[in-house]
Amino acid sequence: MTSTTPVTVTDIESFLRQNEEKELLRFSTAGSVDDGKSTLIGRLLYDSKGVYEDQLASVRKVSVNQTSGPLDFALLTDGLRAEREQGITIDVAYRYFSTPKRKFIIADTPGHEQYTRNMATGASTANLAIILVDARHGVLPQSRRHAFIAALLGIQHMVVAVNKMDLVDFSEEVFENIRQEFDGFVAQFQVPDLHFIPISALHGDNVVEKSDRMPWFTGESLLHYLETVHIASDRNLTEMRFPVQYVIRPNLDFRGYGGQVASGVIRPGDTVMVLPSGRTTRVKAIATYDGNLSRAFPPMSVTVTLEDEIDISRGDMLVHPTHAPHVAKQLDARMVWMSHTPLDPGRPYLVKHTTQVVRAGVRAIRYKVNVNTLEKEPATRLELNEIGAVVIETHRPLFFDPYKRNRATGSFILIDPISNETVGAGMITGREPREAQLKSTLLDGLTFENSRVSPPERASRYGHHAATIWLEGNPELAFVVERKLFDRGCLVHVLADEKDAFILAELAKISNAAGMITICSVRPEDAAERERASRLVGADQFLEVDAASLSGNLDRAAEEICSLLEKRGVLAGEGDFAQGGGI
Amino acid sequence: MLEAESIHILREVVAEFQRPVMLYSIGKDSSVMVRLAQKAFYPGKIPFPLLHIDTTYKFREMIEFRDRFTAEIGARLIVHTNWKAIEEGANPFRLGTSKCCGLLKTRSLLDALAEGGYDAAFGGARRDEEKSRAKERIYSFRDSFGQWDPKNQRPELWNLFNARVDKGESIRVFPLSNWTELDVWQYIYLENIPIVPLYFAKERDMVVRGNTLIPVEQDIPLLPGERTEKVMCRMRSLGCSPCTGAIRSEADTVPKIIEEMMLFRRSERENRVIDHDQEGSMELKKREGYF
Repeated sequence: MTSTTPVTVTDIESFLRQNEEKELLRFSTAGSVDDGKSTLIGRLLYDSKGVYEDQLASVRKVSVNQTSGPLDFALLTDGLRAEREQGITIDVAYRYFSTPKRKFIIADTPGHEQYTRNMATGASTANLAIILVDARHGVLPQSRRHAFIAALLGIQHMVVAVNKMDLVDFSEEVFENIRQEFDGFVAQFQVPDLHFIPISALHGDNVVEKSDRMPWFTGESLLHYLETVHIASDRNLTEMRFPVQYVIRPNLDFRGYGGQVASGVIRPGDTVMVLPSGRTTRVKAIATYDGNLSRAFPPMSVTVTLEDEIDISRGDMLVHPTHAPHVAKQLDARMVWMSHTPLDPGRPYLVKHTTQVVRAGVRAIRYKVNVNTLEKEPATRLELNEIGAVVIETHRPLFFDPYKRNRATGSFILIDPISNETVGAGMITGREPREAQLKSTLLDGLTFENSRVSPPERASRYGHHAATIWLEGNPELAFVVERKLFDRGCLVHVLADEKDAFILAELAKISNAAGMITICSVRPEDAAERERASRLVGADQFLEVDAASLSGNLDRAAEEICSLLEKRGVLAGEGDFAQGGGI
Repeated sequence: MLEAESIHILREVVAEFQRPVMLYSIGKDSSVMVRLAQKAFYPGKIPFPLLHIDTTYKFREMIEFRDRFTAEIGARLIVHTNWKAIEEGANPFRLGTSKCCGLLKTRSLLDALAEGGYDAAFGGARRDEEKSRAKERIYSFRDSFGQWDPKNQRPELWNLFNARVDKGESIRVFPLSNWTELDVWQYIYLENIPIVPLYFAKERDMVVRGNTLIPVEQDIPLLPGERTEKVMCRMRSLGCSPCTGAIRSEADTVPKIIEEMMLFRRSERENRVIDHDQEGSMELKKREGYF
């Protein structure tokens, strides 16, 4: 790109091939109003020869009326009229440049206090964040906020660029003080990779070339760091998630599922489970305009065809059954509020998560975070630019992972269905909050303790103890086991729920209280309900069975379950029950 | 990676909107956008029509290319022209470029979108083209008058696009937002995408006016002393013939164009007269509804 000698056509071809393979680094920049952020970006663009001559010419024309020196780099990036008048950046602007090593997309986000939402927007797609600190002023509340938001949005690499070093005589002491203060602050939250570089954006020190005016600084220049920081391993390649975006059905012979691989690797022949149905099938092909592929990984947009005709629509998700995501209607999330209308827990919202849009409500605001002190404060609502922890409840289950593990399946936006505004950005921290887990709906007001028939008496009458068998991943087996136990004279029944395992545990508890053996047939993606069910029913009469660990032969698998029940004492030998006692 | 992102956007819009349409300008960015749409819905056909706003001042070669190309790929083409304005005498020589664009492009586009009842329109604009575009969202919301409010844009996080619009409102969608000019040319080369021959250098009849080469295509009024001459040249971007300057060039293949581009380092819009009418002119046009 930077060569000024004529290049031959064959050179161009190799250049294009090389250029196509270049890695793309997206970074966000944040700084306070006068930190010189726009100047830094202008410098990066200018010095990397990314600024076209006539755009430069138009900057020269405009800056005649300003007082800011020979060439105002900030004017390169401050696009909108209003901004030019106010002299500050007020929205996210995207900038592009490339060097022989990498391509870059900059999300230039405003530093002004009221624009936290833009900062979060810019950070949401970034691999790296540059936090600008003015060497004269040290670490300001804004700098802390920028670092916190970048960390909140899961940015793995952070560079603190201590700018205007020329105005503090390139003092090592000033730089070190800022480094220590910032280090102390950032230690409170996780930033896997944190760097500090002293620069002068205006004069170009340590921006592209290493400066000889700060010999005490042994690190590399900012651009060098941007070109070399390792980002390839930031992707999640272990847990395959393929949200179905669009069903492609041009004729009766072709039914493909279009989508972008969110994480993991998908290959033809893979066994995949479809959420929410829980049906499993195999990948037939990964079809694209350019031919079939042997694998697909993030962020590829592909079309998957499957071996079996299964009813799949937009919003469903293909996963590997061995690595299923959480499936739940209630979840805990961090939320950045982006609307002038505060978050109102009484109000209906829409959640957009992967390719699903579902009705949702905010069940509770646990706390809000004071971004200056990082302290948690009680809150009944969230105002514009506030960050809090909330409990979201959706009308249909979401298939998700914690944001820390998976940015694509851990993120969502909240939409106001009346104004259509995007009001909040959510990062899922976990599933189903503890209070909600313990809260029972069916069991409210029911008591089992006052019965004059004791559990041992029931066991003695029926010839077995009460128990709940939690059977994952094989509804057919559940009914074979039921038949077998019934034939042995047991009081037994199967509870199978195609939609939601939430209620099964409660029904099982009631049946168990009546002395019965209850087989809960659940889909693997409802595995997360297991812990709650076990607690509710009582661990002593709860038996979990993973169908995958049993014989593939149904009859033999059922025998294996029966012998497990014998081992646990549920079906102990005759006469044992006269004395009563637990399993 | 850029390709994957664009395909994701194209599919997302088709899945969530009732009546999408693709603005087809016949230029190289449109060619790329159409190829991406072919890829996104393969092996199906492109599930929305292509809309061309014809000012009647387009180059003849553009129109020929348009008709041949869209027929070849089996796309549905809709051509819309503001005949009323043309009958009333709208032309760039009489009205000046600013007013002419307003009537024949912006007004015509808004009319076409309203007539078709389209709730989403794809455009090939890139953020690296011009300063005000750097801040435009990928989903750019328009009110029921087709207006853009840069101060009140929806935040756009991750790849989660908010597709909610009320009746009469619409969005403009820019699947190529994150592409640079080099990315576009590279893609055209590697994917072997057909483009209008005007992009390639050849001897053409031109009026030389200052540093600008104006193609002799419509009845362009000549200034005293001007005459047409044969010039080896090509177009860097395609608009209406009276407002699109050519550049002197020998580049008659895509690699040569890329080479030229890298050496020239002049923004491709330099020769589009309309961006220079007023400081911040593109932003003004966009607020009014221009792409």
